[in-house]
Parts: sequence; C-alpha cells; structure tokens
Amino acid sequence: MKSGNNGMSVKRKQEAAGWAFLTPATLLIFIMSFYPILQALFTSFQTGAGVKMAWADPWYNNYIRMFKDKLFLRSVGNTFLYLLIQVPIMLILAILLAQILNNKDLKFRGFFRTCIFLPCATALVSYALIFKSLFATEGLINHILVSLGILQQNYNFLGNPTSAKAVIIIALLWRWTGYNMVFYLAGLQNIEYSIYEAAKIDGANGWKSFWHITVPLLRPTIIMTVIMSINGTLQLYDESVNLTAGGPANSTITMSHYIYNNSFGTGVANFGYAAAMSFFVFILVAILALINMKVGDTRD
Amino acid sequence: MTKKKVSGTQKRLIPAYIFLIIMAFLSVFPFYWMISAATNETLAVARGKLTFGTYTIENYKNLLAQTDLWGAMKNSFVYATAQTIMAILVCSLAGFGFELYHDKAKDRLFGILLLAMMIPGVATMIPLFKMISKAGLLNTVWGFMLPAVSTPFLIMMFRQNSRNFPTEIMEAARIDGQSEPGIFFRMYFPIMRSTYAAAAVITFMNAWNSYMWPRIVMTRNQAQTMPMLIANLSNGYKVDYGMLMMGVLFCSVPTMVIFFVLQKQFAEGVAGAVK
Repeated sequence: MKSGNNGMSVKRKQEAAGWAFLTPATLLIFIMSFYPILQALFTSFQTGAGVKMAWADPWYNNYIRMFKDKLFLRSVGNTFLYLLIQVPIMLILAILLAQILNNKDLKFRGFFRTCIFLPCATALVSYALIFKSLFATEGLINHILVSLGILQQNYNFLGNPTSAKAVIIIALLWRWTGYNMVFYLAGLQNIEYSIYEAAKIDGANGWKSFWHITVPLLRPTIIMTVIMSINGTLQLYDESVNLTAGGPANSTITMSHYIYNNSFGTGVANFGYAAAMSFFVFILVAILALINMKVGDTRD
Repeated sequence: MTKKKVSGTQKRLIPAYIFLIIMAFLSVFPFYWMISAATNETLAVARGKLTFGTYTIENYKNLLAQTDLWGAMKNSFVYATAQTIMAILVCSLAGFGFELYHDKAKDRLFGILLLAMMIPGVATMIPLFKMISKAGLLNTVWGFMLPAVSTPFLIMMFRQNSRNFPTEIMEAARIDGQSEPGIFFRMYFPIMRSTYAAAAVITFMNAWNSYMWPRIVMTRNQAQTMPMLIANLSNGYKVDYGMLMMGVLFCSVPTMVIFFVLQKQFAEGVAGAVK
C-alpha cells in the first residue's frame, strides 16, 4: 500500500520535472517572441514614437500609407529582386558543390570543403565591409578590370543602382553558398553511397544520377534550405546597411533597413508606421513558409 | 589494371577539380585580401597591392587611436559567452524535457513554440526595445542576450539529438535514487556533449556576429560590440582601408579560430536540426 503511494508520487515528480525543464525556454519564447509580435500588431495601429503614441486615424491608416509609400514599395521590390536572383543561383551552386564533394573518388575533399565553407566564419558586417572595399571606386576589382583593359577608367560600382544591386547579390552568394552546401552534404550522407555505384553500373552518368537520385532524395533538405533562404533574404539588413548604405539614393535599400530607419535610424521615428511595415514582413515570411511546407507535403 | 582504372576516374574528374579550384579560390581570396590589406597603407591597398606589407603596426596604432578596440573586443566576448552559456542551458533543458518526458500536451506546446521561427527580428524589435528599456536593461548583457537565449532552432536541435539518448539508464538511475535534475546534469550533459559543442559553436558565432539588435540596445559607446565598431569605421568620407581591414580582421579572428579548431562541430551546428 505504502509503496504504491510512493510509486504515484515518483511518477508525479517525474511529470513535474518534465514540465519544469521546458518552462524557462517556453516562457522566454512567449515573452520575447509571441508577446512582442502581438504588441507589434497593436503598435501598427498607432502613430508617433516614444511617449507620444496615439491611435492612427483611421486605425488602419499605417497600412494604407505603406502601400502608397514609394520608398517602402521599392524596398519590397529590392528584397524580392535579391530573393528571386540570389536564392536559386545559390542553392543550385550549393547542391552541385555538395554532389561533387560527395564523390568518394575525389581527392582533397576536406580541403575543398573547408575552403568553400570558410566564408561562413565571417560576421555579416565584416564581409559587407570587405566587399564594399573590394568594389570601391579605388578598390581592387576596379584596379584589375582597368589593368586588364576591360574598363577604360575606374567605375563606381556602388554608385549605380544596377551594379550596386549586383554587388549585393555577389556578396550574398559568396557568404551563403558554402553554408547551404553543408546542409546538402549532411543530407547526402544519409543516402547510401551504393545507390550511386549501382547507378553507375547501370550506365547513369553524373547528371543522370544527380537528377534522378540526388535531387529527389534531398527533397526535404532542399525544402528546408529554400525556407531558410527566403526567411533570411526577407530579413536582409546588415548587407544593405554596411555594403551600400541602401544607396545610391535608396535604390538598394531592403525592407528591414527601411523599417530600421523609420524606427531607430536617422529619419523621424514613427514606431507605429515601422510596426505596420514590420508586420507586413512577418506576414510575408509566414505565408512563404506555409506555402513551402504545403509544397513539401503534397509531393511526399 | 587497377591503376589504369583509377587514373581514368581521375581524368574524368578534371572538370570537377577545375570547378572546385575556382570556387575554392573565390571563397578564400577575400580573406587573403583582408589580411594583406591590414598590413598595407591605404594608398597601397587602393593601388591593388596584393602582397603583405609593413604597415601592420601603424594600422593597429591608428585603429587604437580612433576606437576603443579592446573595450569592444571584451564586450563582444563577454556578451557572446554569456549568451552561449544561457542559451545552451535553457534550450538543452527544454530539448531534454520535450523528448524524454514527452506526452501529447508537450508535443502540442512544442509545435506552438516552433511557430516562433517564422517571426522576423525586425517585427519584434520595437516592442522588445520598449520592454528592455522599461526594464532598465539597455547597455547590459541581459538586454543583449535575453531575446536570443531561447530559440526554437536550438530546442529542436537538442530534442532531435536526444532521440539517441538511452532511456534505460534513466530508469536505472531513478532506481538508484537519482533525482530528475541529477539525471540531467550527471548523465544527459556528459552523454550529449557533442551536441552541446555544436550548439555552443553556432550560438557563439551568431551572438558575436549579431548587429541589428546590439545597435538598438547598446546605445552607449562603452557597451559597443565589434561589428558595431567596424561598421562605424567605414562611415567617414575618406576611408582608411588598411585600418578598416585591421578592424575587420580583429572582428573575424575569434570566429575564424573557432571555425578552424571546431569545424566539425560548426558544420554539425549549422546543420543541427536536420537529422
């Protein structure tokens, strides 16, 4: 009888311990993520900053203003341009590199992997500044292009909207391709290498085994990297701030950068308006993540 | 016979080697350039000098004269270390709880917590800033790290890796009179140390590199971090490239050391929750 009671209390103790273990993390996520996103929603119906916050009139005014704000629309356009050009190139390069590096006949695999993964060791601010310096008017790239005779004179890459965007895309490719490659390499390790050897015996060449073995088997990893890349690109900030400072004339500014400028940056702070724009980013991220998960589900 | 076959395979791999050499070069070159630029005078850098120079000490001295370099290094180090310790403690406790004590309610809660992954930092920064400043935590290590201590990514990583944790030894330990926290600290912690290493590496890197949030909450100069310091260096009209790259080098050294020493853990940390 007594031992039975003891057993009950031990069970209950375990139960309580399980909940206690996950309480700090759960509380922190509720306080530091869920509560602030609700707050952001409330703030988005207000206008002003600091102690001078007032309800917007009409209450959805910030959302109307947002879609009439040419600069905000441009920041959305820029972000999507980076997304549509950079993410596909990066992911295709990453998966190709992973496929090549997964070949057991290849020598120096570890060396190549380390080199290509190395850019991940830099801070976002660091590599933004490195690329800014490399592509400066008096920078190395200009120096090389002029001495090769490709350019007549030094070109201000960061002073032209199109080339400045190209520099941002090149920099992003440099920083994140190796990062994504690591996911694919990890995914490939779960694929039995003998499948490839069997395919080889059946006469499948590199491309065939790439399309018919690697891509289908890596699908879960691909979906995850697509979600992560979209998520990351929609939140681009460090590169826009430090590589181009959003310029020239705000032509390369990203959504997060513009929102920052409207809340903590140089302009007039308007927490309400900034919150409305940031809520828009949240909805975009959430929708794209849901679409991706749906795509992943139906194909499986 | 076999030798011929091997060299034939290697011959077919030549395009792959060329591709890899180009990619490896492109990946490594900006690093090399950064280091060489840090040893040269700004004029030489602008002229495209690619070899190492003799201006290292001057660049360092200029940097020291213009910025509180070691103050920022110390700040970044303290904040990133504190965030790493707190994050792996809080998230591993949660991963342990979610996986090894799991029931329907906890699984549902876990699903809810994962939704936080979709919340972009820019969307919560204004409310979080208000919260942190109201709590008087601006310019403190708490203000720096609290929003980043508990992340769905780390919790998931610990949870996934806990699947391999042998539950029988938990039962055995309980019979021996071990308490539940005792199981966590004396058994889970040592058994899961490779997951801890990977989680610590990735968290430290993220904390060291974070820029937007510190820029908002670390308003005082004395609280400045390394990414903030080097970002300010390039703001002037005339940029001293040698000095700037010296600063960038300082900001990169800790993460590069970690990268080279703990590359396996870093790769595991990056791909942490894939398994």
